[in-house]
Formats: sequence, structure tokens, C-alpha cells
Amino acid sequence: MPRIDDYIPVAGEGVIEELRLLAERLRGVVIQNVNSTAVGGGVAEILHRLLPLLRELGVDAHWDLIKGGEKFFAVTKKFHNCLHGASTEVTKEEFDHFLEVSEGNIREMSLYGDVLFIHDPQPIVLINKKKELGKKWVWRCHIDFSCPNPQIWEFLKTYVEQYDRVVFSAPAFSRELHTRQVLISPSIDPLSDKNKELPQEQIAKILDGFGIDRTRPIITQISRFDYLKDPAGVVKVYKLVKQRIDCQLVLAGSPATDDPEGEKVFSEIKQMAEGDKDIFLLLLPAGSDIEINALQRGSDVILQKSLREGFGLTVSEGLWKAKPVIASAVGGIPLQITHKYSGILTRTIEGTAYYVRQLLNNPEYGQKLGANGREHVRNNFLITRHLRDYMLLFLSLFNEGDMIYL
Amino acid sequence: MGEPFRFYSRLYLTELTGLKAGDLRGLLGNLKTLPESSIYYHTHRFLQQHHYLSPEPPNDFAYWIRNILQEEEVGERIASVDTIQFTSIEDLRRKFIGIIEDYMERTGKNPDAPEGYEFHFMKAITFVIPTPHYALSLKEFYEIMQRVSVHSIYYHMFEARLRLKRETNDFSNWLEGQLGEKEMAERITRLDPYTHTLEGLRRRILAIAKRRLDAQDR
Repeated sequence: MPRIDDYIPVAGEGVIEELRLLAERLRGVVIQNVNSTAVGGGVAEILHRLLPLLRELGVDAHWDLIKGGEKFFAVTKKFHNCLHGASTEVTKEEFDHFLEVSEGNIREMSLYGDVLFIHDPQPIVLINKKKELGKKWVWRCHIDFSCPNPQIWEFLKTYVEQYDRVVFSAPAFSRELHTRQVLISPSIDPLSDKNKELPQEQIAKILDGFGIDRTRPIITQISRFDYLKDPAGVVKVYKLVKQRIDCQLVLAGSPATDDPEGEKVFSEIKQMAEGDKDIFLLLLPAGSDIEINALQRGSDVILQKSLREGFGLTVSEGLWKAKPVIASAVGGIPLQITHKYSGILTRTIEGTAYYVRQLLNNPEYGQKLGANGREHVRNNFLITRHLRDYMLLFLSLFNEGDMIYL
Repeated sequence: MGEPFRFYSRLYLTELTGLKAGDLRGLLGNLKTLPESSIYYHTHRFLQQHHYLSPEPPNDFAYWIRNILQEEEVGERIASVDTIQFTSIEDLRRKFIGIIEDYMERTGKNPDAPEGYEFHFMKAITFVIPTPHYALSLKEFYEIMQRVSVHSIYYHMFEARLRLKRETNDFSNWLEGQLGEKEMAERITRLDPYTHTLEGLRRRILAIAKRRLDAQDR
């Protein structure tokens, strides 16, 4: 694991010094993170990177998991889809099961933090313990919350409003609440296997290993096989581009343990891709970070054609590699891409295909977008900024007002 | 020997107010009632987010009016408000309100944003933190200026003046008051800070200090 000083060449000495100063102000405060999965998905990935650094800085940060069986996660997946606007109804039986498992977690879990930092809806009911415990409670929402299904929102709102702070990833997710809301974007780790520099030979070897032809253009989308990432739309984009340019498509992702839908989506896309040797559907085992890094670095254009997106960190990953990224203007993606400056924002399959062709035919334009994108990520979406925001958030819980002298 | 210069840094957390505007009238209404920290946030955010090259007009209101409402004229008027001339956020607020009211009265227009492109009002929770760096001489000042974070430069150039109501930036104040470097102080005061990026400002201030140090050596 990288040490905090390893980030000085990327982020600057002054930025790291500020992190140390903030951490000093948090001495003696215990931070307890709680979520539902230790592997797969963005939340677990971010916590795995952030926690060791927070601890090295001297912040007493911990991470615990709630328990839940297959049925519980099927319900929370349904919540997830409903929060993303799906119109499915959650049944009374499903709500009851969710509450029953949550009450079990409340009874069994040790909640020892001075700050209880609860991630996403799965553990949200833990707040019922606030009356008894006191302490500071923060709910961190990693999901696109721009137009949640009203049924699920009404249900969750009673819990959300008991927290001391709610953290969203994009401005469009905020709403009028009795709780103060904070904007914190997630981040990428420039020194992780997924984002560190790779030698050309290694990139070549990995692409060759998948049978990808490095002499022809490569379009890539990295994401879980999930309807909300619109892999079917990506295949349609590719088919439109393919009419004019002899290109290849890579769709690659790892399964998450709290996502039971992945297999179904994968087999549907497999059907769509049947008979086309230039479509590479890669179901990578968890931890295939070097492979993902190489696929991104070996690509000519990176797509993130999501229909909904909590934040869309794969966009920052692509930009950090100075690649031209074309992405949907949803969730936190517009924070990462200023259209035609640091990437391309699109809304339709046809529009996306048009820009893919334009970028494949004008690589110098793509390079310019990629270079601007990389600088934007350096200033705003690296893990060092994320560490700073979390420490400021914790400090804000113990200090009132808009102007705080530390 | 005079007082040393203590470098502070300014960090911020973005608070979401939950308020949004879907048209120009909505923007105007909120501009009248928002806390100062929100007006401040939307006119200064770009400085801390684009250190090297800024693709956006210098405030969020102008960006939204031009790019989302597609109202070039009033957008340009809002973008060209010279923030440096204002010594209080309230004056800045009145200026924006005046421009929008005048435009709406004159044209009778109330352009609106497509769904999903509303203006979301935010505000800054500001944290001021002392760094361990002190400068006792111009030479030390020059050395420290090279390595403090841009947030420190921001604090002493922007925060000090507009929010803490000091007459000039902290660097000029100290250079003149403690080191008697009147000319250097004036040169820094005359910089047009809102049209530079923070890294650009650092380079300018370093160049001014270097020239003075070279002259002292001769």
C-alpha cells in the first residue's frame, strides 16, 4: 500500500502538509465506517484505499460490515433500482424483511465510533440507535438520487432526516431536508494498480492475452454488467461506428457480491454480441485491477454510457490516463467532464456514435481533451482531495458556523 | 526586525442548500435571500477547482445563464462583473440583482432551463488553518511561496480581502508594513487576481519577489 508521502509528486507537498494539519485536529476522535460489502463496487474500493491513509495520518478510522442474506440483498438491490427511478413497487413483505434484518444488525453490531459514518441504504436503519448512543451520525449516499421513486424515498426519508449530515456525490441529488447536506465527490487513487503508470510492454501483453488487436481502434467501457450502465446501448453505439470504422469493442467488469442481477445482464449482452469477433465481453474476477488499467490505457476512446450514475468514477479513471472519454450527462459525470473541454457529454446512442467516430478520426482532438481531463482530475478527483473532504466533514460535526478557525 | 509573516491555509467543504432555480426569476429570487457564503461560493469556486487553466466564466451564475438558459447578453454582463472592485459580498449581491432585474424589465423575458439542468445553490463552509511556515525576510517569503499549497495563496489573496474585510491582500500588507517594500506591495496589489489561476498567481508573485531579491544582491 502506498504511504501518504508517496502522493507528494502527484498532489504537491503543500497539499499533503494540509492533510497532516487536519488529522492533528481529529486526534482522539474514533471514526466508524459501516457498509454492506467488503469487495466489489465503488464503495468498498474507496474504503480499502482511504482507511490505511487516514490511519497513517493519525485518524482513528475503522470499517465494519452489516450482515444480510441473499434475500436482504435482493431487497436492497430493489431499493437501489428504485432510488435510480425504477417504478417497481417494494412489497410490504420486502420492507418487513429489510427492517427485521436491520434490527438484527442493531442488536448484534458494536457501534463504538464517535462518528458513525454509514454508507448507502443497506445499513441506514442503524440510526435507530442514535437516541440511545448519541454520537455524530453521517449518512453517505453513493447513489444517483436525482429522481428517486417516491415510495422508497418516503420510506428512507424518515431515517435520513435523523442523521446529523447527509453526504451526496452530485448537486442534483440534494433536496430540501431538515438535515444539513454536504457535497463530496468520490476519488481515484493514482497509485493503485488500477491507475498507476504501466509499461507499454505490459499493456501490450495484457491486450494480446485477451486476443484484442492493437493495430485497430479500441472502444472500451469498464463497468459492472448492470442495466443502469447500459451495456446494450454501448453495443448499439459500437454497431453504428462499425459501419464506418473497423473498430473493436471491449466491455469489461467485475461482479459485486451485493448485485444479484449481473449474470442475467451479462447473458443478454452475450446474445447481442453473438457472431461478432470484435466484441470482447470480459467478466473479470474481482481484483483484476492491472487488467482494467491496461484495457483503459490501451483504448482509443473510453465510454461511460450510463443511464444513471452515483458518480461514475470510471470517467475519472479514463481521464487520469489522458484518454478521450465520452459519457452520459448523468449523476456526477458533468462534474468530471466539461463538454468539449475535458471530454464529451452525450445523451443518445446516435450522438455517442457520432462523437466516437469524430474522436477516432481526429486523434489530436482526443489528446487535447484527455490532457485537460487529466489536469481536472489532478485538482479535484484524487484520493488526497477525498481525504481532505472527509476530515473537513468530521471536523464540521464538532464546529458550528460557516467560518471555522482550526 | 518586524513581525514575521505566518502562512495560513483556507480549505472548504461544499454544503448543498437543497434549493434550486429552474428559470431566471428563480435565480433572482434566491439571489435576494441566499446567505453570503452561497454568493461567495458561486463566485469563487472556480478559482480553487481550476488551478492551471480555467474553462469557465468566473462565476457559476454566468455559466448557467449563458450555457443553460442560453441568454448571452445578461450572461456576459454577469460574467464581466469585476469582483475585485467589491469589498463586500452584499455589494456584489446587489450588483447581480440589479443586472438581472434590469434585463428582465427591459426584455420581459424569463428563460427557463430544461429539466435536469436546474441551478443548484451551494455554499462554502470555510476552514482556516495555520500552517507551520513563517517568513522573517523576503528570502524566506520567496522560498515558502514556492511550496505552500494554492489554498494558502488563495487565503491570503482572496479570503483576506472580501470576507475578512481587509483593505488589501495579506502579502502586500506585510511586505509594506513589516519590510518596507512599498513598491513590491503595490505590484502585488495591482495584480488582477480574478483573471489568473492560482498557479498563475503564484508564478507572478514569485517573479516579483525574485526581481527584488536580485536587485538587493546587486
